[in-house]
Amino acid sequence: MANKNKSVISVLFNDDDVMLKSIKPIREKGYNIREAYTPFPVHGLDHELGLARTRMAITAFIYGAIGLSVAIALTYYTMIVDWPQNIGGKPSFTWGENMPAFVPILFEMTVFFAAHLMVWTYFVRNGMYPGRKAMNPDPRTTDDMFMLEIEFDGGEDELRQLLKDHGAVEINLVEKADEEAPELEEAHA
Amino acid sequence: MFQFPAKLKTLSYVLIAIGVVAMVYGFLSGGGHEAADHGHGHENRPWASLLINNFFFLGISLGALFFLAVQYAANVGWSAGILRLLEGVSGFLPFAGIIMIVIVLAGMFHMNHLYHWTAEGIMDPESDYFDSIIYGKKAYLNEPFFIIRTLVYVLGWVWAMATLRKLSLRGDQSSDLAWYKKSITVSAIFLVFFAITSSTAAWDWIMSIDTHWFSTLFGWYVFAGIFVSALTTTALIAIYLKNNGYLEWLNNSHIHDLGKFMFAFSIFWTYLWFSQFMLIWYSNIPEEVTYYMPRFGEFKGLFITMLVMNFLFPLLILMSRDSKRNFGFLATIGVVLIMGHWLNVYIMVTPGTVGLDYSIGFTEIGVFLGFLGGFILVVFSRLAKAPLRITNHPMNKESEYFHI
Repeated sequence: MANKNKSVISVLFNDDDVMLKSIKPIREKGYNIREAYTPFPVHGLDHELGLARTRMAITAFIYGAIGLSVAIALTYYTMIVDWPQNIGGKPSFTWGENMPAFVPILFEMTVFFAAHLMVWTYFVRNGMYPGRKAMNPDPRTTDDMFMLEIEFDGGEDELRQLLKDHGAVEINLVEKADEEAPELEEAHA
Repeated sequence: MFQFPAKLKTLSYVLIAIGVVAMVYGFLSGGGHEAADHGHGHENRPWASLLINNFFFLGISLGALFFLAVQYAANVGWSAGILRLLEGVSGFLPFAGIIMIVIVLAGMFHMNHLYHWTAEGIMDPESDYFDSIIYGKKAYLNEPFFIIRTLVYVLGWVWAMATLRKLSLRGDQSSDLAWYKKSITVSAIFLVFFAITSSTAAWDWIMSIDTHWFSTLFGWYVFAGIFVSALTTTALIAIYLKNNGYLEWLNNSHIHDLGKFMFAFSIFWTYLWFSQFMLIWYSNIPEEVTYYMPRFGEFKGLFITMLVMNFLFPLLILMSRDSKRNFGFLATIGVVLIMGHWLNVYIMVTPGTVGLDYSIGFTEIGVFLGFLGGFILVVFSRLAKAPLRITNHPMNKESEYFHI
């Protein structure tokens, strides 16, 4: 679970634009936004949160290169070494001269490896597996609410005021620092 | 409003002058000893050079017109800020069209021998030169029909180009959107017309040079080439204007999208190139492989260079997001792609017209520069005639906020 040295407040908005505009002032005050929950992908959210760009594209390139290599090895072994094939009436029995016939295989294996390994990479990075319990703290964020979880170090009233000023519709303290159990508290703006 | 820089105007006149000199030089140095399979290789060289360069620039204009029509027909939002560029680029269509008609008429009246099937006696069963395969294509490949088709293509395309321009100029005058709705209709009609004529024009003007040979996807292959050239040209002009302080509504995302189009259609072009090649290579039927014999023989160096420029280069360099958003990178790739696709047209035309005794010299490069000059003159004068963005385009705001 989260860092217990800091308290966490969860704040709900009923509009994605209002939420997006509130992020900048919150971060400028030095608060750390731990997580955001939205019912749909909000354009520009990752940029506002200051997240690093995904490295998925790099992995895709590497997986594609692996797929291409596997396909080259596969066609070379099966069509040239193990059982030499006369391709298109051109019995040259070399990989290079028969390469055009292998291009569809090279292409498909590249795509197959890149696509499938990217999906598995995505699942592993997100910690997703079948039967995984949902981590969403508030089901309303799958409907019409937008939630941010903000870590803070004392000065709760100040933070609440800041959030209210930026259009928060609900603010809850979800985790308290020290060893105390999380305590729910509601305040409507 | 865009001001045509005086220096650029002078440059374009100089380039046109070089082109005219090259054309005259080509005709004067032509003739001489007989070469190539038709026996017309050297006579054909200036005409082939004219056809190559004219078709290349005609393709750029036509590809831009196609892209423009797609923007209207699909109600595209992001591109609202570059529509005037597409209108500008498609403005070269009437000029290239007229030169195309001249080339075709000259061919049909035996002033050039670009098209083998027009040779004397080739369709006459009594003649020594009779060719029964070509005779079998008489219903389609005959002079009157060929001339009619050429006229229909050029008139149809120029009509669509002029109408879309006329309608968009109305968009500067009033906020009434009747012009926009009409543009959608005109675009839809043009797209259907283009779907057929882009293929048949490629068969007529390019594929019929190698009369015995045929390929069913040749039309799409040529289309992919002209579309990449058109997108690249549009991106280059956008970068030029942006660097000169125009197009303040254009951001990195627009350029990124043009880059994606260049990348995607370079791959599409390669896909069609390979599909055409692989089936012929695989089946190994003499009447089909004749097309690739010179291209993998005497033309091998150029042919492979062309593939590297049009496929490997954009594949490796345009794949990354950052390179598509960088103006300098994209402009460099753009220049390579333009040269690569010019080479593609060159290799489609040359083996069947000039023949194996070919070279790229002043006749080809000079005429290219001449067309480039004419193209710059026409396109930039057109850009200077109207605001660089349609004042009352309904998607202007959406385009401004475009962000990816």
